[in-house]
Amino acid sequence: MDKINIERREFLEKLIFSLLSLSCPGLLISKEKNKEKTLVYEGGYVPKAHSWGMGIKINRCIGCGRCASACKKENNVPQLPFFFRTWVERYIVFEGGEVIVDSPNGGVDGFNRNIHEKKMLRSFFVPKLCNQCANPPCVQVCPTGATFKTDDGVILVDSKYCIGCEYCIQACPYGARFLHPKTRTAEKCNFCYHRLVKGMIPACVEVCPTQTRVFGDRKGRASPLVRFMRMHKIRVLKPYLNTEPTVFYAGLDMEVK
Amino acid sequence: MNRIKGIREKIPDQVKRLLIPVVLVIAAFVVMRHFLVPSDFGKYGHYRASAIDDVISLEIKYSGHMVCDDCHDDIVEVKKMSYHRDVACEACHGPAAAHTEDPDGNKLQAPRERGYCPLCHEYLPSRPTGFPQIVSESHNPRKACISCHDAHDPKTPEAPKECKACHAEIARTKALSHHIYVSCIRCHETPEEHKVRPRDYRPEKPIRRELCGECHAKNAPAAKAIPRVDMATHGERYVCWQCHYPHLPEVD
Repeated sequence: MDKINIERREFLEKLIFSLLSLSCPGLLISKEKNKEKTLVYEGGYVPKAHSWGMGIKINRCIGCGRCASACKKENNVPQLPFFFRTWVERYIVFEGGEVIVDSPNGGVDGFNRNIHEKKMLRSFFVPKLCNQCANPPCVQVCPTGATFKTDDGVILVDSKYCIGCEYCIQACPYGARFLHPKTRTAEKCNFCYHRLVKGMIPACVEVCPTQTRVFGDRKGRASPLVRFMRMHKIRVLKPYLNTEPTVFYAGLDMEVK
Repeated sequence: MNRIKGIREKIPDQVKRLLIPVVLVIAAFVVMRHFLVPSDFGKYGHYRASAIDDVISLEIKYSGHMVCDDCHDDIVEVKKMSYHRDVACEACHGPAAAHTEDPDGNKLQAPRERGYCPLCHEYLPSRPTGFPQIVSESHNPRKACISCHDAHDPKTPEAPKECKACHAEIARTKALSHHIYVSCIRCHETPEEHKVRPRDYRPEKPIRRELCGECHAKNAPAAKAIPRVDMATHGERYVCWQCHYPHLPEVD
């Protein structure tokens, strides 16, 4: 091995330089971490204290579409039949395994009684909405930071900051997002966040006549959702994607993809 | 310091010149970022902090089921014992926040037309078993639901009276006739779908004389009191109902 020929002064100079440059990123990150973290909204709502979720009992849904209708009214969703924050799908499974899924106008105007030639095996309704994933692909792909996850687990869209690139609409595996035809920004269910922070429940849960939808706080011991999760065998949509939805279905059929 | 000077001298000229545009680009980026990125961006995370305020300041339109009790306690009292106890007022009457702010200025509508109740109660095979459903085509057609049912206290629904629900006039006539105990389907072969799509699936009228002959022929194995005819000679070229009206057959 060659002997390193270096003066003590030179050695110290180099040592100090290298140490400084190495510690620079660490110092910057620690500065970042010291930022204000405990967030309290107007009215004293602390998002960290909550973790919202929704439960849906498939066996109860009658497909009346009141949820989709109320959602449109509450959130000013365009009345055109292609824009929904929540909607109801009808599944018809025929003998032999063929499956038909339809959702005429999201179920707002009800469903017509299809007389199919083939013999029906089973049929049911599935209300759908944004799954408020704990691991949201839409937030990951947003190039501007216009969609984000709040501390209580709800994914919001900043419509003033959204550039309407539609990446999130492509990324959502549940088809829960759409582009607002007027503002050209992304839109989706946010559990009626403006109601949540004031202690109210989402409009769809409010009007559901059969209590198909259950809403609550997963952090609260006595919330309706905790009770729902204790009393039912539950599933989420597309669990293999590891999106970890916070919308839970009880009695979900294998055909619901 | 001599060392640093030494390093600087070692850097080739072209690299030094390249450094100028690099510094300029970085400076331009920093300046642009300062103006383009909102000041509150990244305060709590990778988003605009005021975006949350924008969302939570949206107007609430559904005021919730608790508010109605304050004024409409009489209806709430009736409803809470009925089958509709878990149906929120706003499910039928629409968003009520504006109405609670100004009860006289913003009146709510009640759905009085026939199309609204079937959204929940029209028969659909997809609906859960046991949920009360009707087939509106045969369930007192053209009559408003609220003319028989109180939406705040709906009574146990009864199953639709098979043919009578639509063909009440014929049913009444037949009830006064000698044919009172002859059921409709004895003569009219009716596909099940007729109840659902009455015009697409029509019941049949008897086309064989022998159908009447099953009771009225000379040798028919039927009650003695039934009038008999000789099928061979009695109007042999016609089907019976071309001359007789089976819903109210002549007495003699």
